Amino acid sequence: MSASTSEQTPAIEPQQMSVDIVGVGFGPAMGGFLTTLSRHLLNEGGTPRLESAVAPGMPLQVICYERADGLGFGVSGAVTRARGIRASFPDAALAQIPMAVPVSEEKLVYLLDPIGASRRSLAMRIADFKVRLLGSLMGSRDFAVELPFIPRFMQKHDGLILSLGQFNQWVSDQVTTSGVMQLWPGMPVSEPIIESTAEGEVVTGVRLTDQGVNPDGTPSEQFMPGMDVRAALTVVGDGPVGAVGRKLDSHFGLPPGNHKREWALGMKMVIELREDSGLKPGTVLHTLGFPEPEIFGFLYVHPERLASVGIFIPSWMRSPVRTAYRYLQHFMLHPYLRRYLDGGTLKSWGAKSLQESGRDGEPFLAGNGYARIGEGSGSTNVLAGSGVDEGWTTGVQLAEAVVELLEQKKPFTRENLEATYVRRRRLSWVDNESKIAADSRNGFEKGVVTGLIGMALAGFTRGLIAIAAHKRPLPASTSALEAIYGSRISKSEVRRLAEESAASGTALHDRIMNRCGWPEIPFDGRLLISHQDALLMGGSVQAPPGYANHVIFLHPEHCQSCEPKLCVEMCSGQAITRGENGVPAFDREKCVYCGACLWNCRSSSDGEKGNIQLRAGAGGLHSTLN
Amino acid sequence: MSNVFHIIVCAGIVPDPLQTLEPITTATGPALKNEMMLPAVLDPWASHALYEAANLAAHATGSKVWLVSAAPKAKLQQVMMNVAQKAAFELVPVDAPASGFADAHTVAEFLSGAIESIAGLDRSRLLLFGGWESASRAAGVTMQLVGERLGILDQFQGVDRITMQPDGSFEVLERIEGGRHLVSICEGPPAVLGWATGSLPEPKNNPQTGMANMRSIMPALQKAKSAALRQDGLRYVSVTPPKQQRQTRIVKDRPADEIAAELLAWIEEQ
Repeated sequence: MSASTSEQTPAIEPQQMSVDIVGVGFGPAMGGFLTTLSRHLLNEGGTPRLESAVAPGMPLQVICYERADGLGFGVSGAVTRARGIRASFPDAALAQIPMAVPVSEEKLVYLLDPIGASRRSLAMRIADFKVRLLGSLMGSRDFAVELPFIPRFMQKHDGLILSLGQFNQWVSDQVTTSGVMQLWPGMPVSEPIIESTAEGEVVTGVRLTDQGVNPDGTPSEQFMPGMDVRAALTVVGDGPVGAVGRKLDSHFGLPPGNHKREWALGMKMVIELREDSGLKPGTVLHTLGFPEPEIFGFLYVHPERLASVGIFIPSWMRSPVRTAYRYLQHFMLHPYLRRYLDGGTLKSWGAKSLQESGRDGEPFLAGNGYARIGEGSGSTNVLAGSGVDEGWTTGVQLAEAVVELLEQKKPFTRENLEATYVRRRRLSWVDNESKIAADSRNGFEKGVVTGLIGMALAGFTRGLIAIAAHKRPLPASTSALEAIYGSRISKSEVRRLAEESAASGTALHDRIMNRCGWPEIPFDGRLLISHQDALLMGGSVQAPPGYANHVIFLHPEHCQSCEPKLCVEMCSGQAITRGENGVPAFDREKCVYCGACLWNCRSSSDGEKGNIQLRAGAGGLHSTLN
Repeated sequence: MSNVFHIIVCAGIVPDPLQTLEPITTATGPALKNEMMLPAVLDPWASHALYEAANLAAHATGSKVWLVSAAPKAKLQQVMMNVAQKAAFELVPVDAPASGFADAHTVAEFLSGAIESIAGLDRSRLLLFGGWESASRAAGVTMQLVGERLGILDQFQGVDRITMQPDGSFEVLERIEGGRHLVSICEGPPAVLGWATGSLPEPKNNPQTGMANMRSIMPALQKAKSAALRQDGLRYVSVTPPKQQRQTRIVKDRPADEIAAELLAWIEEQ
């Protein structure tokens, strides 16, 4: 046996447990998988329809582990066309989901820069100037233009606005109420168990994370080694930064030509709107242009005066100081949005990394004993900006394949899973639309305007025309500070600000933004609050004791000379700060497990394996409103 | 005397302590806004009781633990996904509101009724555990009332430790004023023990325990009987949830004494 072992090798042999199917990560994809599978496990009389191999006479034994403390602690403001979700549930059932509402109004809004601090190109400034001149003729209002139409490939007008936290919680209730599946939050999975056999390498289950360890990973008196959970099939749906999916990527590699180098950080707030905000439930606003040209934003209105408001910071935004939190606040302060948000109260906050490589980021979807579903399997459609429904549908497809194989009493080999699951996926709308989207974002490497043109070309021609692909950039290949800000701040001053930041042990981003003319945030204690207060008031971030630090700086000596420290600048919870001797320090109690550190490590030699290791970790956000 | 115990832990659920709570008035009385959307946890006081019960049962072969909970079963199901990994027990659910606005008499009625319906329960070996102040918003009377309804005369509140003796009796440490303990010897079950914090840490999540528990938890939840709160006789004049105050300021390079002095001044102002 060549089972991989955790880095903190325990002296005690891990306990063993056997089930038929083990799932890792509970999100929309796992929800789709378990929902579909649960409907096939029992006959009408309650007898097993699909019998367990590990517990003869019993129904199939299915168990799923989720690292977060709750199954509804996922982070995403979602507007989705919900084609796959609607195929699983009737509309009447979906109406029961708290915070869910059909889309009733959708707008695409170009936000002008009311401050003059945004890093706009000369071409954009000229365009903005013309828009302002033409003013009301072009529908300009509150420094914004509501575009006359939304490209069809972006439209969500027939869809649903969801709180993914509430959606996950609702789905988990449906699944567990069936009584045939077990979902366990608060249980991080450390890694897959990979064994060499005559048939090749086989994933035979997962190893759970050690408990009762000190922050440095050394065993404490309460030490309990992570259990080995053996299963004929391991379903991996742990998202883009999940430990199991990444270990599989690392062990088996990606298909030739594929990569996972394009990312975005999504950060959002759930806001209780004032009573006369004027926003109706079901309203969807997509924005572009502010606070920086590269940053896209959104506002979705849920029932009961709740709204999800957020932004995306893409990896192709080349600034090496690109903290999301302050940008999010400036976004909310834009006059077009502020007229709605003034008087609102923060109810929840969170952040999440998004895998934006799309089809290019697809790993091997199936292997001996395992299958990949959801965002980590490259299902996100980067043209439509849609991932929830696609992820859900891949889970449904896998469940249908599993039922087919079990009924035919065929094992979960790579060949069998490819002939069933992967075949279903290739024939589905998920795959067809991902082909159209495959090259749609190539242009963003050359600039925002080129990127938007590229999206339009790919979208309107259904992928026939796209801006030529070129070598993918490294995700952290940011430009030098001087190159980004040199036109606004002298090079010597940029260097001075960087030196001051290093000397004081603080992040650089605020200094740069202040210097560029971004005003200080007028804190009001309700909606506009400090970053740390957002962790407490909006995220209720927790870190249960007995688990090791899950962010590790593999070679601290590399970090010492790394400037600016993008991991510090991008950390969503300010959990990574400038530590002693130039080595970043990690505070587990502030980590929301967004994974931004992983893809923002500037020490990466190939763009996918940086100097930061993100291990399976417990805790994080404690909010189900996201 | 036998050292086999039938331990019943009465445990309600409450919103995750870090959530923002907002009382509202509904047609059926006071409630918390969006309570069903808030993440919930097992009442922290009762959690300690559960850990003590599990520890006691683990050291007394043949003993068994039941967890009796009156809560909306959909929320209880979510809470069980965490709790069931920590200790072996059998769930006895009552599908009832858990907003904290039920009076202790009503909750005691629900709980005692559920306990009386447990098949195979040996009342002569019964140890009734619960949180000292659980399910009553710190009124501290629910456990007494449950005990009274079950006819249990030996009652201990604010328990920090229980030590079993070879003859079947046990020593109980109860909190009293001044940070001291009252030491009592009880001849044996049945008895009521309303736990304070106990002395045991939160157990680790054990997947095998969880898997074994869940085989009985889900059927129990599916069969849970509904219990409605009476609408008569109880009127709330005003409701105020615990208030969190937060004033955050980042301070660097300042002597600890100065920070302490400022904190002291702030506390005195409150």
